[in-house]
Formats: sequence, structure tokens, C-alpha cells
Amino acid sequence: MPTISVDKADLWERLGQEFSTEEFDQLLFEYGLELDEDTTAEVEAAIKAGLPAERPQLKIEVPANRYDLVCIEGIARALRIFLQKAEPPRYRLAYPPGGESELLTMTISPEVKKVRPLFACAILRNVKFTPRSYASFIDLQDKLHQNIGRRRQLVSIGTHDLDTLKAPFRYEAQPPKDIKFVPLNKDKACTAEELMTVYESDKHLSRYLHIIRDSPVYPIIYDSMDRVLSMPPIINSEHSKITLNTRNIFIDVTATDQTKLDIVVNIVATMFSEYCDEPYTIEPVKIILPDGSTRISPDISERHTAARASYVNACTGLDLTANEVSTLLQRMALRSAVSPSNPDQLLVEIPATRPDIFHECDIMEDAAIAYGFNKLPHKFPATSTVAQPLAISKLSDIIRQEWALAGWVEVLPLILCSHEENFEFLNHVDDGKTAVKIANPKSLEFQVVRTTLLPGLLKTIRENRSHPLPIKIFETSDVVFKDTSRERQARNEQHAAAVWCNKTAGFEVVHGMLNRAMKMLEIPLIGNTDQKAETGYYIKESSDSIYFPGRAATIYYRPPPAKDGKTLTGIEQGIKTTLHVQRDMEIGNLGILHPTVLANFEIGYPCSALEFTLEPFKKKMNKIWTNDD
Amino acid sequence: MAESLQQLILNTLDAQSTIEDTRSLMIPGQSAPAVSQEDQITILGALNSLLSREVRVDPMIIYETHDTLSHALTPEGSQIVELGSHEARVWAALPAKGEGSPLTPVQLKKQVGDETAKVGQGRAFKNGWIGKEADGFVKIVLTIQDATQVDLREIASTGTLEAGEKVLADLRKRKLIVQRKGQWFTVKKGSNFSTSTAKPETDLTVDMLTSGTWKASTFKKYNFDAEGAPTTGGALHPLLKVREEIRNIFLEMGFAEMPTSSFVESGFWCFDALFVPQQHPARDLQDTFYLSDPKEALPPEPEYYKRVSTVHEHGGFGSTGYRAPWSHEESSKLLLRTHTTASSAHMLYKLSAKCRGEKLEGDAEEFAHGSSTTGDGSDDGFRPAKLFSIDRVFRNETMDATHLAEFHQVEGVVADRNLTLADLIGFMRVFFKKMGIEKVRFKPAYNPYTEPSLEIFAFHPMLDRWVEVGNSGMFRPEMLEPMGFPKDVRVHGWGLSLERPTMIRYGINNIRTLVGHKVSIEGIENSPAVMF
Repeated sequence: MPTISVDKADLWERLGQEFSTEEFDQLLFEYGLELDEDTTAEVEAAIKAGLPAERPQLKIEVPANRYDLVCIEGIARALRIFLQKAEPPRYRLAYPPGGESELLTMTISPEVKKVRPLFACAILRNVKFTPRSYASFIDLQDKLHQNIGRRRQLVSIGTHDLDTLKAPFRYEAQPPKDIKFVPLNKDKACTAEELMTVYESDKHLSRYLHIIRDSPVYPIIYDSMDRVLSMPPIINSEHSKITLNTRNIFIDVTATDQTKLDIVVNIVATMFSEYCDEPYTIEPVKIILPDGSTRISPDISERHTAARASYVNACTGLDLTANEVSTLLQRMALRSAVSPSNPDQLLVEIPATRPDIFHECDIMEDAAIAYGFNKLPHKFPATSTVAQPLAISKLSDIIRQEWALAGWVEVLPLILCSHEENFEFLNHVDDGKTAVKIANPKSLEFQVVRTTLLPGLLKTIRENRSHPLPIKIFETSDVVFKDTSRERQARNEQHAAAVWCNKTAGFEVVHGMLNRAMKMLEIPLIGNTDQKAETGYYIKESSDSIYFPGRAATIYYRPPPAKDGKTLTGIEQGIKTTLHVQRDMEIGNLGILHPTVLANFEIGYPCSALEFTLEPFKKKMNKIWTNDD
Repeated sequence: MAESLQQLILNTLDAQSTIEDTRSLMIPGQSAPAVSQEDQITILGALNSLLSREVRVDPMIIYETHDTLSHALTPEGSQIVELGSHEARVWAALPAKGEGSPLTPVQLKKQVGDETAKVGQGRAFKNGWIGKEADGFVKIVLTIQDATQVDLREIASTGTLEAGEKVLADLRKRKLIVQRKGQWFTVKKGSNFSTSTAKPETDLTVDMLTSGTWKASTFKKYNFDAEGAPTTGGALHPLLKVREEIRNIFLEMGFAEMPTSSFVESGFWCFDALFVPQQHPARDLQDTFYLSDPKEALPPEPEYYKRVSTVHEHGGFGSTGYRAPWSHEESSKLLLRTHTTASSAHMLYKLSAKCRGEKLEGDAEEFAHGSSTTGDGSDDGFRPAKLFSIDRVFRNETMDATHLAEFHQVEGVVADRNLTLADLIGFMRVFFKKMGIEKVRFKPAYNPYTEPSLEIFAFHPMLDRWVEVGNSGMFRPEMLEPMGFPKDVRVHGWGLSLERPTMIRYGINNIRTLVGHKVSIEGIENSPAVMF
């Protein structure tokens, strides 16, 4: 959300009223703005101390979709209308005395398609700037460049002293070596090629060079005497630069999409048209497109749409007439009238300054804001439904409770970790098929999504050296595996893991934790050669480089057979026995951690670890919601 | 020894009724009265252990403490007691006048040592014991009185000096003695005096029960001011205790828990399906973790995908749409979900399956939530739902005291026909009241997927200001209608972080002390229970 700094005294003057900080905060809150800061006290303190001080500022946070509120002109205009001190202005195109035929023209070359295809412009006549309104004009362009323009990538603006130029104008695209002009605030002409090198070291402009650098042609705007206006989106020319004394302003806007192009040219033109001798008038320009067709720019006409009072009422819980809704909308700068053919319907004019309105629901929200969110009737949805926890949450809670009752402490490490922690530190090799990897981490700590809970547990032990031994910690949480069969190419799995750290390694301790969890889940312990048992779990010695040789085991689970209700013959029984073994699934492992693993995590005491997946133990609930993807 | 000393004290008291000065006692096994400070400390130990045998408030003995100041010799002082003062040693080393050749300073140093020669020479001169002759020194008196040695001897045996403070001060200055604080005691019989040292019982035991000795035993007084024995046992993590409490609020209010077990999402489900524009800053590399492996999601259901891309690019369902170019690449990028609303969107898509005329994969009943259609009688397949989730989300943020790259989002969704903004606000008031937050107000806000959107502010009595506690809104028609929901179905959604209320609950300022591997295990063990 952008924060806008406005001059407090100027704002009070524009609003025709002074507010206390509390009153103003309340007003902004109702409108959907936030008063971040009032620098009055700071300024007064500075003056008292004899220090240089600026005029008191109000810092106001505005919603990211309200481009019409990113300058004092827009905020004051909106609040005046909201306070019913003014009517919404009507923005008007002012043609030259001779009409359309006298319009200045801008010819678009077909070449610009290759780099920055779209162009719009507007002229403000007989403008009178003050130092503060001039600063606001510059600041508005910067705000729009950063927000909707996505750092000039999508849209950029140039403003010029029209009196230094001679129409007709041309928007072209040329090879950088063929472009040569004196850029803003320089005294020497450079080719575009040279400029790209010159601005390489410019802290401000270097950020935008990439937008056109690799293009074979650069966008460039000329007047009829081949003087450059600007090279979008990088820099304007020194020749046409505007000053405090500029009276006639030419605004150029280039963009990559039409919608944002229109929004930006309309905002700049409508906001600053209030400084024209005849406020809210904008002189258009005739744009001649490559195919020979023309369009008049800017298009500041209102968009006509409809909204129903019944819809506003149904969405808000109010009971308003169309006229009442119309009054509310007026306060949000939306002019409307009740449709002559339908008393429920309002014909609404969306001004060029409100491109944030897409749908009837946006109009409904404006009506609700004007009514006051906090004044809405107190209601409670009548929706009657049955509560239901997720099976996996219940299961996870059972393990958490039982292990905590067994004297272990639950910890909560992070889910993202470094590649090393997830693989190399555990003596594991990344086969490239297991872990999900992050493309743009800001720190090495966040390279992969963990595939095991152990790194987090071991880091927690490392950071808790001063805790008396033994350290007994556990976590039940999600790990993520690549899974190419799914839409999202990955799946979460809930694991339970525990690590014991003491002067002796204590394999039997984590083994006991496994037995306890299984006992509480009513999974019987079966022999690892028992092929007859229908269901159960067992552990079997295995080797895994994370564990000490001879002190590692894999945990197997044999889920209960699907019930089919038939009795089996001897032969079938035999087949079934074989099937049992095939049905056995590896669900995890346990062991004494290898001393090299301990060294990797800087742990000076022996540790045993246990980790297994909880997924197979999820109960089939009388479900109201499933966990199936 | 300790036992016999206690017995001695009791016996002496029995005989004399008072011990005026414990320095007169003769500790068993010693041959002299206990005048030294070490001995008095031993006696104090015996007195205290007799005192601690008191039963209820009746003590066996009473004692008074008297403080003394005494002096003890430094190692140098002890040497003087043994060998004489430096000056005496210098005098003794020199020949008498006329009886042999005088000792030069160098010879003297050799004979008595550097230190003694240096100090002793000057003092012996001053005392008029020695004199200069030729290039050396000689005795000039035949006998001397080594007062320093005599004084130190007296101090060694009595701890003080008859001669008084002036001399003591001088000896202290010469670092021959040091001052020591000491104590001695006057002991009297207590109200519960007895010469028996049999110990009172500290606890009731099974042996006492079987033998019946508990009836005759005396019991030591219990110290009710001390803490009880620390418990052993495990602990649950404080953040997850708060999660439990909030989950209970949802369950109490009739919400079903949504599956959220997909940290990996596509741009489509995390943003596009929610009508978040493709150029929205939240989708920047600066804010979202994108995946390098795997990179691209499989395509979603093509008809739905088409409806979503169309409403973005060209509008529809009564909306103008964003009218900005659509990128399939942006839509299929894989990322770590930035909000659980990605999962909610997927659940709403499932909830509206019947409205689209699709058959559910055999579990249609689960969508009913025990409720029947609330429409005008004709069943369009819609069933109301109340859903919640509390799970992890990821943001590519720079970490600081209040931000981690991952946190827990609490999310609630209510879908029903003709829900209103007033219902949402009323519901929020109840929900936050259940969390112990009474005073809330609602600010209009912008959120690409809800309209209206509201930020929820709560008055924080400690900070004495309003703080933002959550976000809420009604999902946009551009999100719901492409899924197939009927026009009169409106969906409330709200979210808050789990960390924020937990930090407030436990008074934590730095999130790293709550989440992650740097959290202290001891802190987890001692974090109180949560009751909103």
C-alpha cells in the first residue's frame, strides 16, 4: 500500500476546515484510508530547538487500487466530496478554437511494436504551478511509475514544456546508435547507446535500463523539428523539460497494455487539470496509428453502468431506496440517477479517475463505505453446519499429546532449510527426485522444502546446548516430496519425529517412543518374520548412512486387509500370506545418529532419532470433508 | 563430630542452663577452648541444626549472635613471630661495634635476604640499634627488645592487642596483620529443650504406617515458603497451544476443518483463481517463493481455466475484468503458497462441483455438512458450508523481529445464499469476542479477491491504540461465478496470523523466540496454558 505525504496546512485549506489528529484519523478510517503519521509534533520540537524544519506533513496510507488518491489533489478532492463540501467534478476535453482539425497530432511508427507498442498523451493549458504543486506533479509521476507502472516496466510517463516544442510529434523506435539528444540535467548530447553506459552507474535510472537494453530498437519521441521529447521509459530531454514557470504541459505515456496506459494518462491529466485556468479541462491530441486510423487521446469519458438498489441491500444487509443509494454513491464521487424504466436500477457514471470499479459489487462497496461499515446493523449468519476436524489433525494431535505425556517437549522448527541441511549434513545424496527446490530465496537458509523433520530437530538441539541433558524433543508436521502425478507436482506428508540427546545414545529410548505411539494407535507389534499376522508393525535392521552402522532399523507397517467378507481356502490363505509381505510398507526409520551427522550439526553428545509418516494411520472418519486432493 | 558437638551443647545447657560465650566451649577432640573463628563457624553449624529440629514453633534452643573484630597474621606477620622482625634480623646479623669487620650493604643483603635488608636496615637505624662504620654497618647496642615480634605473638594468641588500636593500625599498614570479622554466641534453652538429639521425622513413610510409629514421632516443621519439587514431563509448543484454542473456537461455531496439505501451489490456484491480477506486486519474486524444481504445474480443468483467464483478460460475469494480457506461463508457475486462501479456493471449487453439474468422486455427502439447500426449492446443487484452516504459509520476506519467511495463517470461510456484509461484521464481532477481543472496528480496505474488503482493528488496552488484527471480506463474483456458484451465493472469508495473537498472549517481541530452531526448549517447557 502506498503511503502519501501531504502538506497538512494545504490539506486543511483545500478541505476548508481544520481537523484534530483524532478527527482526521476517524474520517480517513471511515473512507478506508489510514493516517500513518502526523509530523506536527516533530516539526514543532525542531522549531523549538532552533533546527531547520519542514512544514508539518500527514502521511496517509491509500489502497493499492486507488491511483486517484496518490497525490494531495486527489485525496483532497475525494474527501471534499465525501464530506459533501463539493460535487464530483466533470472532467472535460477542451478543443482548440478551430475544433478537431486544429488538434496537435502524434504519429505512431509501426516500429514501436517491437519495443513499447502503446502511446497516449494529453495537454494541460495555462497551468499555474506553485513550488508545492510542482513537487506534487513530479511525485505523482514517480508514484505511478512505481505502482501501476511496476517500476516503469508496464507504463512510463514523460512531461514537457509544450512551448519549447513544435507539433506534429512522432513516436518512433530506432536503433540506439541512431538516437542522439541531450538528456535531462546533462549538458552534452549522447547517443542512446552511450546513455545506457552513462546511466549504468546512476543509482536511480540504472534500475530501468533493462526494460529496453536488449531491444534492437529503442522508443523515442520527436517533435516536428526532430528534437527529442523523451526516450521512454528511461529519460526525458533537457530541451523540453518543465519548470515551475511552465504554462502548457505536454504529457506522454507509453505502455505495454492499453488498460494501464489509459489509467495513467487519465490520472495524470485529471489530477493536474485543476491547476488549469479553466479547471478540469484537458486538451486532447490526435494520435495517428500505423494503420492510418486515428484516436483522440486521452479518453476521459465516464463509463456508464448500472447498479441495483436491491443488490446493494442484499449484499450489505441494508434496506435503502435507489435514491438513498444514489446519495451515498455521490459521496464516493460516483454520479448516478434512478433509471426512468426501473425504480430499482441506478444508472451510474464511473469517472475516468475510478478505474478500480469493475463490477456492480465495487459500486455496492462504495455505497457501504459511504453508509459506514461500522454503522451496519448487527447481524449473524444463519448458516447451520456441522463442525468437523480433519482426520490428519486428530491423528497428529494424538501423537503430540501422547509424546508430551511421555515427557517429551514439542518444538517448532522452520519448514524451509538449506540444501546441505536436508541432504549432505545427513550423509544423504540428492537424487533430484525428492525435494522441492526454491528458485529465488533471499537467504541460503531457504533453499529447499524439507523432506525430513530431522534437520530442524538437530538445529534445535544445537541451539539449546545449555539445556540440561537429556534433551528429548519431537515434532509432528509436514514435509514435502516431489510428485509428478499431481497437478501441483508435489505432495505434503505428515511426519512424526523425535530426537534423544544424552551422554549415551539410547537407541532403546526412541525405540520406546515408537512402541508407545503404536500402542496408542492400537497397531500391534509383530515379528519381522511373521508372515501370518493380518496387521501390525515391526522393525528390521537396515543400513542408512545417517545412522551408526549396526544401530539403524527400518519401520514397516502392514495395513489391515480390505474386508471382503469371504472365507479363504488353504491355498488362498497361502497366497494371502505372501501378499501380506508385499503389502508391508516402509513408514520410517530409527537409529543412533552417525557421529559425522552430529559433527555437521555441531552436537557434542550422542543422539538417537526416530521418524515415520503418519499418513497410513489416518482414520477413515465419518467424513464431512476429506483430505483427498 | 557434628553429633557429639550438638550433644555437648545440649549437655552444657542442661548443666548450666546458659552458655554465655561459645568461645569457652571445648569442641570434642580439641584440647583448647574454641576461640578461633573456624571453631565458631563449626559451633554455628551445630546450633543451626539444633534449631532446625524445632517442632512447629517450639525451638530446642535459642541463641544470640555477637560480632567481634579480631586480627590475624599475614604470612609475613607469621614469619616475624617465628624469626623476629626484619630489623631484629638485621641487628642479629651484624657484628658488635669493634668486634669484627662491619658488613657492607651487599654483604648484609646476602646474609638476610634482599627484602629483610631493605626494610630492616632503616627501622634498625631508627630504633638506634645499628650504626654506620666505614663502608658498612655494626651493632651499637648489645640487647634489643623486638616489640613487633612481641605484639604479633600477642595478636596470634588473642586476636587483639592490649596496647590498643594505634599499634594495630600501624601493623595493619605494614601488612603484618589483617582485620577479621568474627562471631560468637550466647546459647539458652528453648521452650522445647531436651538433651535428646534424636532427629524429628521429615516425612510420613510406609514403615511408620506399618509399625505405627507415626503416632509417637515428632515431625520436622515443613517450609511452606519453598517451592515444591519440579515436575518431570513433556510440554506442547506455545504457538500450537494457541492454535488448539483457535481451532476450538471454530469447532464450537460449527466449522469443518479444510485440508490444506499442499505447501506447493500453482500461480493459478494461489492467485488467478482468486482474481488476483497477474501483474499484482504480491506475485513478484521479491514477495513470493517460486520453485526451480519442479517448475510448472499440470494444467487445471480446461473449461474452468478458460473461464478464469477470460474474466481476467476480457471480463465477464458482469465485470470489466482487468483487461490486461494473460500469461499461461505465469499461471502455471509453481510456488510456495503465500496464503491458505489458495487451499480455500480449491475447496470452494470442490464445493461448487455439483453446481457445475459435475459428479463428486463418490463422497457427495461430505459437502452437505448436514444442511440442505437454502434456495427457493429447486436444487441447483449448492450446499452451505463453514470451513476453516490453520496452516503454514510462505513469504519471501526479509526476516526481522516480527517477520519470518514462514508463518501460520488462520482462515475462515462461510458460504451461503444471501450472506451480507452486516453478517460478516456481526460474525467477526463474535469470533473476536471468543478470542477475548471485545472492542473491534472495521476499515474499508483493498484486497484483489474480496469486495467489500475490511481490515479488522482491535483496541489494544496496553498499547492504548487500535491495532490491525485481521483481514476479511466477501469473495468477488469474478472468483465465485467462474467456479459455477449461483449468483445469490456469497462467501465470507477472513484471515489472521497465528503468530500475532500468540506473541501478544505471551508478551513476546521477537518472533524468533517463538518459532524456529532458536527457540529455547526451557521456554517451551515453561509457557503457560492458553485460555481465551
